Amino acid sequence: MTNLANEHMDARPSTNRLDFNTPALRRQRRIRTLKDRFARWYITIGGMAVLAAITLIFFYLGQVVMPMFQGAKIASHESIKPAWLAAAGEPLLLSVEEQNQVAMRLGKDGQIQFFDVTSGESIARMALPLPEGTQVVSFGEDTPGSHRLVLGLSNGQALVVQHDYKVTYPDNRRAITPQLSYPFGQVPISLDTQGRPLEQIGFSVNGSSLVLAAATGTQLHALSLSSTENLLTGETSIDEERLELPQLAEPIESILVDPRQQWLYAFHGNTHVNVIDLNRKQLNGRYTLTSAGAVTTASPLLGGISLMVGDSAGTIGQWFMVRDANGKPELKLIRSFNLAGKPIVQIIPEQRRKGFLALDSAGNLGIFHSTAHRTLLVEPITDAENTALGTLSPRADLLLVENGGQFRRIDIHNPHPEISWSALWGKVWYESYDQPRYVWQSTAANTDFEPKLSLAPLAFGTLKAAFYAMLLAAPLAICAAIYTAYFMAPTMRRKVKPVIELMEALPTVILGFFAGLFLAPYVESNLPGIFSLLLLTPLGILCAAWLWSRAPESLRLRVPDGWESALLMPVVLLVGFFSLSMSGYLENWFFGGDMRLWLTNDMGIPFDQRNALVVGLAMGFAVIPNIYSIAEDAIFSVPRSLTLGSLALGATPWQSLSRVVILTASPGIFSALMIGMGRAVGETMIVLMATGNTPIMDMNIFEGLRTLAANVAVEMPESEVGSSHYRVLFLAALVLLTFTFVMNTLAELIRQRLRGKYASL
Amino acid sequence: MSAKQKDLKTWFRSGAPWIWMNAGAVTIAVLMTLGLLSLIAVRGLGHFWPADVIEAEYRVPGQESRLIAGEVVEAEQVPRARLAASGLPVEAVGGEFMTRELLKVGNREIYGADFTWLIGEWLSNQQKPDGLVVLERREWGNFYGYPLALKENGQVVAEGAAIMPELLKRIERTNELIERLAILERGDIGHINHGLERLRLERRSLELKGRLDAAVEADLQARRAEWDIRYQALESQLTELHRELSRDSMTMRTTDGREQEIQVAKIVRAFQPNAMSLPAKLGHYFVKLWEFVSDEPREANTEGGVFPAIFGTVLMTLIMAVIVTPFGVVAAVYLREYAKQGWLTRVIRIAVNNLAGVPAIVYGVFGLGFFVYVLGGSIDRLFFPEALPAPTFGTPGLMWASVTLAILTLPVVIVATEEGLARIPRMIREGSLALGATKSETLWRVVIPMASPAMMTGLILAVARAAGEVAPLMLVGVVKLAPSLPLNGNYPYLHLDQKIMHLGFHIYDVGFQSPNVEAARPLVYATALLLVLVIALLNLSAVYIRNHLREKYKALDH
Repeated sequence: MTNLANEHMDARPSTNRLDFNTPALRRQRRIRTLKDRFARWYITIGGMAVLAAITLIFFYLGQVVMPMFQGAKIASHESIKPAWLAAAGEPLLLSVEEQNQVAMRLGKDGQIQFFDVTSGESIARMALPLPEGTQVVSFGEDTPGSHRLVLGLSNGQALVVQHDYKVTYPDNRRAITPQLSYPFGQVPISLDTQGRPLEQIGFSVNGSSLVLAAATGTQLHALSLSSTENLLTGETSIDEERLELPQLAEPIESILVDPRQQWLYAFHGNTHVNVIDLNRKQLNGRYTLTSAGAVTTASPLLGGISLMVGDSAGTIGQWFMVRDANGKPELKLIRSFNLAGKPIVQIIPEQRRKGFLALDSAGNLGIFHSTAHRTLLVEPITDAENTALGTLSPRADLLLVENGGQFRRIDIHNPHPEISWSALWGKVWYESYDQPRYVWQSTAANTDFEPKLSLAPLAFGTLKAAFYAMLLAAPLAICAAIYTAYFMAPTMRRKVKPVIELMEALPTVILGFFAGLFLAPYVESNLPGIFSLLLLTPLGILCAAWLWSRAPESLRLRVPDGWESALLMPVVLLVGFFSLSMSGYLENWFFGGDMRLWLTNDMGIPFDQRNALVVGLAMGFAVIPNIYSIAEDAIFSVPRSLTLGSLALGATPWQSLSRVVILTASPGIFSALMIGMGRAVGETMIVLMATGNTPIMDMNIFEGLRTLAANVAVEMPESEVGSSHYRVLFLAALVLLTFTFVMNTLAELIRQRLRGKYASL
Repeated sequence: MSAKQKDLKTWFRSGAPWIWMNAGAVTIAVLMTLGLLSLIAVRGLGHFWPADVIEAEYRVPGQESRLIAGEVVEAEQVPRARLAASGLPVEAVGGEFMTRELLKVGNREIYGADFTWLIGEWLSNQQKPDGLVVLERREWGNFYGYPLALKENGQVVAEGAAIMPELLKRIERTNELIERLAILERGDIGHINHGLERLRLERRSLELKGRLDAAVEADLQARRAEWDIRYQALESQLTELHRELSRDSMTMRTTDGREQEIQVAKIVRAFQPNAMSLPAKLGHYFVKLWEFVSDEPREANTEGGVFPAIFGTVLMTLIMAVIVTPFGVVAAVYLREYAKQGWLTRVIRIAVNNLAGVPAIVYGVFGLGFFVYVLGGSIDRLFFPEALPAPTFGTPGLMWASVTLAILTLPVVIVATEEGLARIPRMIREGSLALGATKSETLWRVVIPMASPAMMTGLILAVARAAGEVAPLMLVGVVKLAPSLPLNGNYPYLHLDQKIMHLGFHIYDVGFQSPNVEAARPLVYATALLLVLVIALLNLSAVYIRNHLREKYKALDH
């Protein structure tokens, strides 16, 4: 770059030379330089900014995805020692309400204390209406988040209590008033007719029916209560039924009732659980829960289907009832988690997700997620001397621990526990499934639904669609490329290439709509025709070629070389017309009039109208031009000298093509296939419209599929910003981006090398 | 071995069959493209033709025969066994195949559905009565039947043969009234609503800034009252128009003898296809075709035109082009002219090239996450706090659709421009520099003008790609039905925050999300044809410019 302004100009005075150094010209030169500099900076900065903006895509997608794979974080607050706590006795239960403002503490003395979570100040103290002279012997909780608990009393009675929090806004400020209510009456319910203390108790409320079970020694007592409201009078009446359950031989150490009121779990002997079928009132089986050590605590997970069992070795096992091969339900260990090798003292399930917290005797806290099989955090929070009692807030963002006469608040930041790499790509054993499966099911109508976010079926669907598309497109496109580049007459080539390139420009939404609205029903009603078309077209072409080679010379010479394609036009049209019009007859002769029915009934192959065959045809159509134009380019640019040499040595055109040209161009053809594959994988509209979008894993060509791209298009607009679902969809996009980017880059590198090779020849 | 077999063997060994197979592949590819295009063209264009309406007796075996009337939309040969399997009372004896016809019978409020499948063999006494009238309505689809009486305010004004000419006159009148109504509702009242909304936002904005005192409040009140007065003036006009509209009605009789009262205001046009001559049909055809490209959609997009979708597509593409051109060109100029050529530029070049192959939906996800939620959310908090929590730019809309597509097509423009720059011979640049021009002057006066056709090609290709892309738009800004055009008479005239309609999305939505797919199908074909035409035109012009460019610089290469 010449810098004009600073350059010393020849300023010798001369009458017949122009003076280039007048002040005006100097100023102009300065301005020009300035302009030049400005342009340089402007373009450099602008250009780099644009290029950076493009790479932003990667970083942004990555940044959205990252938080999913980070563990949980906790932050401890100062301990508080409210005055009332000293005289409160031993705690049975702690609970925090939705807003993290008010907490509840149930003492062994039957007193319920509500207090401010932050300051520890007492808000209200209520005594439970226990009969005179009775003590609380045991207590049980209903499903996480129900705010219901039951107390087993020393006189063989039980009391069901519910604690609620009324939120009001006097003067635009939130005020929370705690309340106690007794959904099954203030009068305790008698369980043991002999009035012995209920040593263990468990219960479950489902709608208006209550199942209550308690143990006195080895004896099991169970009641089923249902309250019905009289529609006319509005009175509620309570029906009580005593359940006659099989008696067990060993003393019972703990009782749990599942929320669907089908199973009763009675723990005993430190290692075993007896499962009783409440509907049939018989024993389902006796299962060993732990091989090493003893069971120390057990708790149901959200929804109550899973049982989390902690043992003295610091292991937590997830168990639920699964149907075995004979259809008999049995309790099975699904997965297990490890805390720190010390006995587990408490398992606290989350109230909104299938996650849970565990505390062990050494004061370690573990945060886990059951379905994702993830250990998000293991950290000591209290000293080992006193056993801690904890509770988790409904939003799972606050843990309140009582330990040695003081409370401690611990903030938990754990936004995406349900996602793990293994859950995204591997088989996951979900609750109520009889085996581990790959499932994508992001939403459902009911509220306690657990989203099942396995990307495996979507990735499978993507590859399946791409595979069938390539099955059609690869041979067609490469053969067409070979012919166009090597054999076709130049005049025809000039006409054919734009037509195929026009295919590339066709919006995919048009192909998709064509596939979904025209092709799918057409294929369904003309299945035999489509298959005979695929079969007969090559045969027809061969026959036509053979006949042409037999045709009289005078006729053959009239058509110059390189016009075979044009000759084949009527042949292909004829074969196509023939096979499609034969479709109905074939169906009548071979498939009893309806091939679709024949497939489903006789062959057992499920058939969807919008299936992989339709996608293969439509997307194959979309991919052909991509592969074609690159492959054609690669073959066409093979140096002429190579072919001429081969021909001169006596090879036929076909021989020199297959032995010389294709071999030389094969990397180019390969890269064309990769680019076609990349396109097929990322295509959205065609698969969205031409498949049923069912996320299944089945290679069956007659069934639908759901691809990553279509899934993003369908679910993204409804996804809540920042939720796990949203981030998983971003991950799907990132996977697509990475996949196609890698494919394209490889293809591009291969092509560049090939170009270098040609240049040297 | 016979001579013939030997022949065959040598023929195979010569490789000729394989050459023919390759030729066949080309044939198939070309036929597939042409077939698809012609299928879309035939189906799309055929829709507007006023087909004859048949009237016939239909007798399902074992049932009473009944009279039906309608247009035959489709007919196909179906194996008898399949019909029997689907539960139809098909006679056991007869030919292997039966004809199944799809008849558009209209009269949705009476029959429940516009279309029925019939068995051709069960139809008898087919005829095409001249008197049969087709009413195209604003709601409930077409009506097929015979006019009995035309009424004005409940009084019969025409009967028998006099009905049709009178009806046509009155339809013309109601159409005019409806146009006036639309201008009133959309234009004037829309303007008032817009003004009121702006007043509300102004008040909220002042409130947020804490400057809402009594004087301001009174001023706002006065301005609101002004709008209210204007609205009241319009309201009386509105009721008057509605009253005028409901003046005429007519009684129709269906073929099977049921009578139906129809408001003339609900009729778009009435015609008797069986009595129409060829020129009349042609005239009707072009009127319908014009309606399709110039009118607004009716009946959940299954009838009427696609003008808002055309407008949305064009406007969005234009904005995208305005954004993508400078950025793409600057990036390409930097990469080719200023950046130091080395491995880094090679990597960047490959990366940019490959970004063109990244699935469009990925750009959509990026656009939704980054542009809409991050950028749009920040813009809302900074500049439009008064509208919150209702988002202004923090929701999908025209602007984000354009920006997303600009990012999507940026690689296309960069690659094309770079190619154009690379094609310019070195000696031209050197010549310019030798004459004393600075680098920027060389670039501005010599290089860029010479490369401008390449940039144009790139831009056209980008526009063609953007016009056909639907997947990202589904996330960043299209809707099935936009209440108003994004460019209108209300300040600030160009509403970048509004959602738009789009031809491609229209195809997807009408074809797949519509409750009445059968009725919508022909319109989808027509829309698809329109989209193909636009894109083919853009592409062909790009090809033309490219070839032209090659010719122009051929001399310079040697």
